[in-house]
Amino acid sequence: MNVKFVIGRYATDREVAGELGPPFPLPYADKPRKTYQTFDLDLPDEAMVLDGLIHIREYEDESLCVRCSCRCAICGSCAMWINGHAKLACTTKLRDVVQDGSVQIEAPPSVGAVRDLVWDQKQFWDKMRSVKPWLEGKQPVPRNEEYRVPNEAMDELVQEISCISCGACLLDCESFAVNPDFVGPHALARAYRYAADPRDAITDQRLKEYSEPNGVWDCTHCFECVQVCPKGVAPLDQILKIRRMAVDAGYTHNAGTRHADAFAESVRESGRLNELTLMPKSVGLFNLVGQLQSLPSAFNLLRAGKLPPIIHHKVPNWQRIKNIFKRIGGRFAR
Amino acid sequence: MIYDHDVLVIGAGLAGMRAALEAARNGADVAVVSKVHPLRSHSGAAEGGINAALDPGDSWEIHAYDTIKGSDYLADQDAVEIMCREAPGDIIEMEHMGVTFFRNAEGKLGTRAFGGASKARTYFVADITGQALLNALYDTLLKAGVKVYEEWFATAIYAPDGCARGVVAIDMLAGELNMLRSRAVIVAAGGSGRVYEPSTNALICTGDGHALAYRIGAPLMDMEMVQYHPTTLKGTGFLMTEGARGEGAYLLNAEGERFMKAYAPNMMELASRDVVSRAETNEIAAGRGADGCVFLDMRHLGPEVIHKKLPQIHEIALNFLGLDMLDHPIPVRPGMHYIMGGIKTDAEGATPIPGLYAAGECACVSVHGGNRLGANSLLDTLVFGRRSGAHAANYVKTAAPTAAGEDFLGSEQRRVRELLDRPYAGQTYARLRLELATKMDERVGVYRDEAGLNDALATIRDLERRYQTLSVQDKGRVYNQALTFALEVGYMLDCAEATVVSALERTESRGAHARTDFSQRDDANWLKHVLITRRPSEEPAISYQPVTITQWPPKERTY
Repeated sequence: MNVKFVIGRYATDREVAGELGPPFPLPYADKPRKTYQTFDLDLPDEAMVLDGLIHIREYEDESLCVRCSCRCAICGSCAMWINGHAKLACTTKLRDVVQDGSVQIEAPPSVGAVRDLVWDQKQFWDKMRSVKPWLEGKQPVPRNEEYRVPNEAMDELVQEISCISCGACLLDCESFAVNPDFVGPHALARAYRYAADPRDAITDQRLKEYSEPNGVWDCTHCFECVQVCPKGVAPLDQILKIRRMAVDAGYTHNAGTRHADAFAESVRESGRLNELTLMPKSVGLFNLVGQLQSLPSAFNLLRAGKLPPIIHHKVPNWQRIKNIFKRIGGRFAR
Repeated sequence: MIYDHDVLVIGAGLAGMRAALEAARNGADVAVVSKVHPLRSHSGAAEGGINAALDPGDSWEIHAYDTIKGSDYLADQDAVEIMCREAPGDIIEMEHMGVTFFRNAEGKLGTRAFGGASKARTYFVADITGQALLNALYDTLLKAGVKVYEEWFATAIYAPDGCARGVVAIDMLAGELNMLRSRAVIVAAGGSGRVYEPSTNALICTGDGHALAYRIGAPLMDMEMVQYHPTTLKGTGFLMTEGARGEGAYLLNAEGERFMKAYAPNMMELASRDVVSRAETNEIAAGRGADGCVFLDMRHLGPEVIHKKLPQIHEIALNFLGLDMLDHPIPVRPGMHYIMGGIKTDAEGATPIPGLYAAGECACVSVHGGNRLGANSLLDTLVFGRRSGAHAANYVKTAAPTAAGEDFLGSEQRRVRELLDRPYAGQTYARLRLELATKMDERVGVYRDEAGLNDALATIRDLERRYQTLSVQDKGRVYNQALTFALEVGYMLDCAEATVVSALERTESRGAHARTDFSQRDDANWLKHVLITRRPSEEPAISYQPVTITQWPPKERTY
């Protein structure tokens, strides 16, 4: 199979600034910082993207930088942008991604590039560290024996434990793209793994912390993380599980819970969403600062003709919808 | 830059992190140097599980006997006793760190069967046991706040006065060499699988630790003992865990026979790895293979077992061969997997060089002897990682402080500069490695003989000569992988030479070392380890050390 590899290559900032001394005879050493270089390869039909990259690095251009190690989705090194989506190069079949004979590969723009396909992982690991990803074992720790827990409780965690920390979920996370402080899907999935561990002693403290701003309620349910995860971890599912645990534990004094409550209340009481009251209720009706802060958005909506109708109409037969809520029960039924 | 610590650990896999954790718990200022982020370490690829005699129906003595029999009586029995006695404690400790081991109906740790073991004593997390252990240990290291120099590539161990006193390493992101001074160095850099092609090992397994220690005069032991795993995937050579056979998978030849009945009538597919790999090689040589492979048949295990207990290999076979093991037998062949040999240590992880310790795959205590049992390597990393960390932390309390080192850093900087400045002369790291690794697989694999070993040695000598003119095309400084790969090829040549020279020395067949020209085990002459020590500008020196026998005298080995 003939494939044109279009590879985003970066000079480092220090190279661009000429800080690194002697000239660098690299194809991309001159400004601009990022350039695309193409390589024409003939590869077996079964080849993975990584096979092509390693071939280039070994036999065409030794200066191509790629993180990779295990070649079979275990080590998590080779997440990168392939045709604009985060994927593991080692398990992405070329024939699945080649379009018109070519494939474009680059470091994801949501994080900085160290060089070529090697992206800056500092924020990624910092986010993980911020959720206290370790067991604070229940006391007393059993002496000379294991904690007794049902296998189902361990099985429940194995989905997250399959996570190889490749970072694909964070790289394509829509919330992270607009808010770099969002803890992100990877770290929150890891957070769930410890919050839901029956051996952990600080679950309550975890739920409180994870409910704070930039935590679980900052996820916008875009499902990118579920789609790009190569190991089926489904970070969004883990985030939703933390939300349920946190609400059950009473951590409801936050915009996220108020938003969910206001959303449910509006649908329950009228059969449709009242967008006009959703924002103020989410921010908090007595939160004057928050209310004022949302005014610019409201003006923007007004200017763009997107302001919801002032008078909110109920849908016909809205009582039937209310009955559905009653039938389901729980927090939103009232 | 120059940094100072009490203890430095090279490598952040299970052995390295366990050593660092224990050193920190014993009050040492410890730092870890790793060429990849700790979670990228190859320990994470261990699939099947970890052994311990925890069950009341089992005992450390039976575990020790299985290990010693598996080693073909080359393991040092005092070291094996320590490992097997301490195994239950280490498993429990990992459970307390958060590892989500499989539980039985009572909520206690449950086991699976594994090769060469007379009891089911393998504890596991699906088929991602290594990954589960690696994550839990890394998380604990984060909690303890141990400093990790991530993506720092070690180029040399600093040993100015015959004692290990630090490490010089390239900070890959900054592109600079730094001196890390310490009073003890623990080498836990993992295996050397890339010396072979194909291999189940990741691209980072390049024998760095073996070579770094060898170059400052530490002897390597049992280097001829290279394990071929019986079930590696056709083509790519990826690992299909022994846990599959532990769960009941069959090995079939092309005629559909469970051929192991002719080689190991009692243990069948769960005989030790050297035995199964030789059986497969014989079947294929006798024309009962298919395209150089035999088949691993899991169809009768059913979807429940495969999805719950073997999901990763299910996915790998689907991804790389397009075969669903629910419906198809999977073609497999013996493939290089593990090196039993390594830096000679005592049971505290100490090498003959003061201040130098080693643990994990790069070390040789020796608990694996001629053939390692499945699920004993994870155990080895934890037990001897812990012991070396504790001992090193104690050693630094009385060791003289380390000063200077600027000259050594300067000489390493010049060595790297010289490599970068060298003009292109036709040699690239990729071609040299491939030539080495295919030759090793061809001549120093499951079966060996003198002519083949001499041929391999001649190739190695030729490659060593050509290595002197190897140049690096990437002249950049930041994340210069061509540079580190070139240095790795140097490490691999050291490992390969040690393996071939030791294999020529051992004129018998024992464990994984099967010589067609000396096909019998020879206890009268060879119940001893081969040690190889580097000498400057001379052939390496060979010496021997008797095997320690405590309570299991050698006898015939059948499965």
